[in-house]
Amino acid sequence: MNEKNHIQFPNKYVLLVLTILCVGLMSLSFLTNFDGGYLNDLSGKVLIPVQQGINAIGGWARDKVETLEELQAVQSENEELREQVAELTLENNMLLQERYELEALRELYELDDDYSDLEKVAANVIGKDSGNWFNMFIIDKGSDDGIEVDMNVIADGGLVGIVTKVGSNWAQVCSIIDDMSNVSAMILKTSDLCYVRGDLEMITEGTLQLNQLRDEDDEVETGDKVVTSYASAKYHKGILIGYVGELTTDSNNLTKSGTLTPAVDFEHLSAVLVITELKQQVDTDSVESE
Amino acid sequence: MKRKIFIALMILICFLLQSTVFQSLAVASISPNLLIVLVSSYGFMRGKREGMFVGFFCGLLEDIFYGRLLGMHALLYMFIGYGNGYFNSIFYGEDIKLPIGLITLSELLYGLGTYAIMFLMRSRFAFWFYLRRIILPELLYTLVVTLFLYRLVYWAGQKLGREN
Repeated sequence: MNEKNHIQFPNKYVLLVLTILCVGLMSLSFLTNFDGGYLNDLSGKVLIPVQQGINAIGGWARDKVETLEELQAVQSENEELREQVAELTLENNMLLQERYELEALRELYELDDDYSDLEKVAANVIGKDSGNWFNMFIIDKGSDDGIEVDMNVIADGGLVGIVTKVGSNWAQVCSIIDDMSNVSAMILKTSDLCYVRGDLEMITEGTLQLNQLRDEDDEVETGDKVVTSYASAKYHKGILIGYVGELTTDSNNLTKSGTLTPAVDFEHLSAVLVITELKQQVDTDSVESE
Repeated sequence: MKRKIFIALMILICFLLQSTVFQSLAVASISPNLLIVLVSSYGFMRGKREGMFVGFFCGLLEDIFYGRLLGMHALLYMFIGYGNGYFNSIFYGEDIKLPIGLITLSELLYGLGTYAIMFLMRSRFAFWFYLRRIILPELLYTLVVTLFLYRLVYWAGQKLGREN
């Protein structure tokens, strides 16, 4: 520091102060819902436009490399069709679900709303977790577009994750393949409840953990669809998560666990849909309207 | 002043590149850690104080956008930057061995630190898996990038250091 003439606090004290600040921030965000508040908006204002720019250029370059021979028109048409396919997959799922559950869950059905009726907002993925440990990403829509924490994120007709932090023009999404993600799910065919957990060790093979499945009659088979359950507090019911892989009986002989192949291609995620209605909202609305 | 602006820009650019371009250039879904190169470099090139501040802001940026606990990365990077500052007195610039060694050490510390805080605490004990699958590949990729990035940082430090 050759250019400094004025008095400086010794490095040790600065380090101490910053350490206390960090520890304070950590406990604050751990104990309360504080997630950066104004910091999120401020840094979003500076970085998100640049990130969108980089992403646009990157996307453009990738498109050129991957589809040199393909025409722009075909691509846009493809995109439209994909959206349509995604929507149809959703609808198809709902129909399948309705058929399976018609008898057993008739009462539940009358209370429930179809999630393809829910309001959705399209968003672009503009950045992925800079480290290699977690699977978070950020999208280019934020509280200005009505995004809130705990909103569900879907793509290609399957569940992607959940919004965990919101700035004014960006939002952080934690995907279901993240090591700390845990989704309450059920087997579509039998309505048996289970949990779907992300696991860094298994993501190499492209699978997730399927836990605590009660399946006494051995009805669940490989390839069965797994959807989000009605018991979940945050996820809307009936969103496709993936397909059952292998299943083994746990050592307690009561439950089964195994692997699940996600429905969404997380490696090539570029556009997602955010369901802009929270599960709690929907539930209270439907109860009120009764 | 010029130098501070340059450092701030470097941090922003590296962070943006890391979360966009290098994510698409990921090899076996592993991407390099550019920020640790910056933190470590400024630590041994300019001393504890700058290493500490560069580390703090790099970490904070990562925490804001991709963190769960605000301040966790800031703390980790800050100590790494500060620690690198101890080697400032034996840093002579031309020799590439010390920078490579220190950046390797910093990257290892970062990997082990993240594992200890975020995985070991949640009773994920498969340490060798994480070492083999995440920490070492990331280290290798980061070192390849270091060969270019460090030269840029060093060159810019020389040029702007003289102007001040």
